[in-house]
Amino acid sequence: MSGGVDSSVAAALLAEQGHDVIGLSMQLYDQSEGHTSFGSCCSIDDLHDARRVAAAIHIPHYILNFEKQFDQQVISNFVQEYVAGRTPLPCARCNSDLKFATLADRARGLGADAVATGHYARVERAEASGRYLLKRGVDSGKDQSYFLFSLTQEQLASALFPVGDRPKETVRDYARRRRLPVANKPDSQEICFIPGHDYRSFVTRRAPEAARVGVFVDEHGDVLGTHEGIHRFTVGQRKGLGLASPTGTPMYVLALRAADQQVIVGPKSSLERTTLTASDVNWILAEPNQPLRAAAQIRHRHKAAPAAVRSLGDGRAEVVFDAPQTAITPGQAVVFYDGDTVVGGGWID
Amino acid sequence: MNVSPMRVYFDYNATSPLAEDVTDAVVRATRDVFGNASSVHHFGQQAKATMDAARSAVATLLNADLSEIVFTSGGTESDNFAIRGAAEALEPTGRRHLIASAIEHEAVLNTLKALARRGWRTTLLSVDQSGIVSPDRLRDAIGTDTAVVSVMQANNEIGTIQPIAALAAIAHEHGALMHTDAVQSAGKIPVDVRALGVDLLSMSAHKFNGPKGAGVLWIKRGTRMQPVLTGGKHERNRRAGTENVPAIAGLGVAARLAAGKLSVEAPRVAALRDRLEAGILRAVPGTAVNGAPESRVPNTTNISFERVEAESLLIALDLEGVAVSTGSACSSGTLEPSHVLRAMGLAAHRTQSSLRFSLGMFSTEEEVDRVIEVLPRLVEKLRGLTRKTVPA
Ligand SMILES: Cc1ncc(COP(=O)(O)O)c(C=O)c1O
Repeated sequence: MSGGVDSSVAAALLAEQGHDVIGLSMQLYDQSEGHTSFGSCCSIDDLHDARRVAAAIHIPHYILNFEKQFDQQVISNFVQEYVAGRTPLPCARCNSDLKFATLADRARGLGADAVATGHYARVERAEASGRYLLKRGVDSGKDQSYFLFSLTQEQLASALFPVGDRPKETVRDYARRRRLPVANKPDSQEICFIPGHDYRSFVTRRAPEAARVGVFVDEHGDVLGTHEGIHRFTVGQRKGLGLASPTGTPMYVLALRAADQQVIVGPKSSLERTTLTASDVNWILAEPNQPLRAAAQIRHRHKAAPAAVRSLGDGRAEVVFDAPQTAITPGQAVVFYDGDTVVGGGWID
Repeated sequence: MNVSPMRVYFDYNATSPLAEDVTDAVVRATRDVFGNASSVHHFGQQAKATMDAARSAVATLLNADLSEIVFTSGGTESDNFAIRGAAEALEPTGRRHLIASAIEHEAVLNTLKALARRGWRTTLLSVDQSGIVSPDRLRDAIGTDTAVVSVMQANNEIGTIQPIAALAAIAHEHGALMHTDAVQSAGKIPVDVRALGVDLLSMSAHKFNGPKGAGVLWIKRGTRMQPVLTGGKHERNRRAGTENVPAIAGLGVAARLAAGKLSVEAPRVAALRDRLEAGILRAVPGTAVNGAPESRVPNTTNISFERVEAESLLIALDLEGVAVSTGSACSSGTLEPSHVLRAMGLAAHRTQSSLRFSLGMFSTEEEVDRVIEVLPRLVEKLRGLTRKTVPA
């Protein structure tokens, strides 16, 4: 229970259905010394909100201290990825490595049969294969299956997403009807541990070595200027480059080279690619032994595009889009869909 | 998860339920004694008389004079008052050094930190493996500029009792004042301010079946102190603010009950605690007692459960209706590694796998046996699952 409306409603729905529900919230970073402005989600106020909701629906509630695990499993990966010139996706790491791992273990230790969250996604069991399927939430605007692609069969088997088959508005309506204290709380938007979207200073605080001066170069290798560290950039970025293009056309970040601290820039047309490879691929449907047709999604807010997906073995896969895609970004996830069903996904190389 | 047939409260060191006579006294004073104790008229005199009765009950409990007792809002205020009040009073003499043990309550530790930010030098005394401060440590640390030495009589997490008289003698040899936080000892073991030889002593009503928000700072006659709360002339100019008469009335009754029943109650609770401890050690493999078994308050035991996250075990017990605690809770209610167990030199995995059981007035043998019965199953279940996350 994050203290937001979705997980609050998830808990309330299950309790109303007569399940034996225990509310658990994760404290993810030090709240003790005035760090309350640290981020928006799971701040101390949110933990108190979660407690108030649990009291309102008459379930026990506990806050688990996962500061150390969050730091080791999510934050340090986040920082390393930026230092390596990639653009991380911490919410997906948090789901697979913390919520449905350490937290789920704890819940089982307390006698729980399943772990429910407020994600907009659905889990179904395939009759024929017996496999657990992950599907998009019915509210396509809120769907979060993209962030859950790396859940294993074991993790999916005990996962419940009670709001996944509802539109967001009915979730809010339900919260209002039940008079949950968070019914009118705005949705959280930021990465929970980054205050005010300023991830750059967060990364340099955690990894001062990231703030190394480097150069902008164009596609031909010509140096166009200097920058203060590649962690400040992401593929597809246009704003904040501080570059005047010689020809007057807007310049975009095309790639980041950690080895020599170079930011490669060029015109928008150069951002387009049809092929990518991915690593640490998780197949939710069985791993295919020949190329399959799927819709591949390369960002949270990307419209999945038709592609051929081929397993390369060793947990790797190649995706060839029918049409070029803009800003394929290393570090983000690529998730393959068959209609609403997640076939699998991996981390973009 | 299961609907528990019985709720067991073994967290008396966090706070204790009110004795029936205490509740009656608080209710009566709330209803019938509304006057301001500073007023000249009948109503004021009535309030003053209620406070006087409480003051004399506390004086009896502590072997103190009536004039030495200052009512406060609890242990935290008493600790703040003792250290800040003495530090400020001694400031003109050039004594700008404060000493406390590393296992003090946050009320003491954070007061020292606050004064350190304002220029006082502070030293924390280390403790041995059983959580005891050796007088030699104090002898090494103390100097001619030491203003106050603050060492708790009994620790809230492990119950260990400190050699306060010996420490006080050393403090006085060097012209420093000796404060002891007796919040966890008052009402549980005899607390005689003369025998302890201290100058300042804190206590708190809610730890011995009194109401919350009422406490005492005992200030030895003749001790120079600056008030921390300034205002009217209450409590002989030492602590301003209209007194919380109902809570003070409850404190007085709790003190009277404790003084009267200590010789019977302490061995009774100790026997329950020992039964619990022996039962757990027998029924659950991989358990060990933290602290000093031969020198601790009768109601407390602190036990580590190898390969179990204490946080999870606490929750599992609560779901079975058993209330215990561990470490110190931070503002959100999560658990932090205990600074007490760390100061004792316990390995990280052991500090994270320790639970405190603290018993008291209403504890029964049946409750003890219930806890011994449910623990093995819960521990076994958690051990099956936390192997990966807890380094053994
Ligand atoms: C040793 C010790 N000192 C001080 C306090 C604070 O007392 P109070 O809760 O009355 O402020 C406590 C209680 O938590 C304690 O255990």
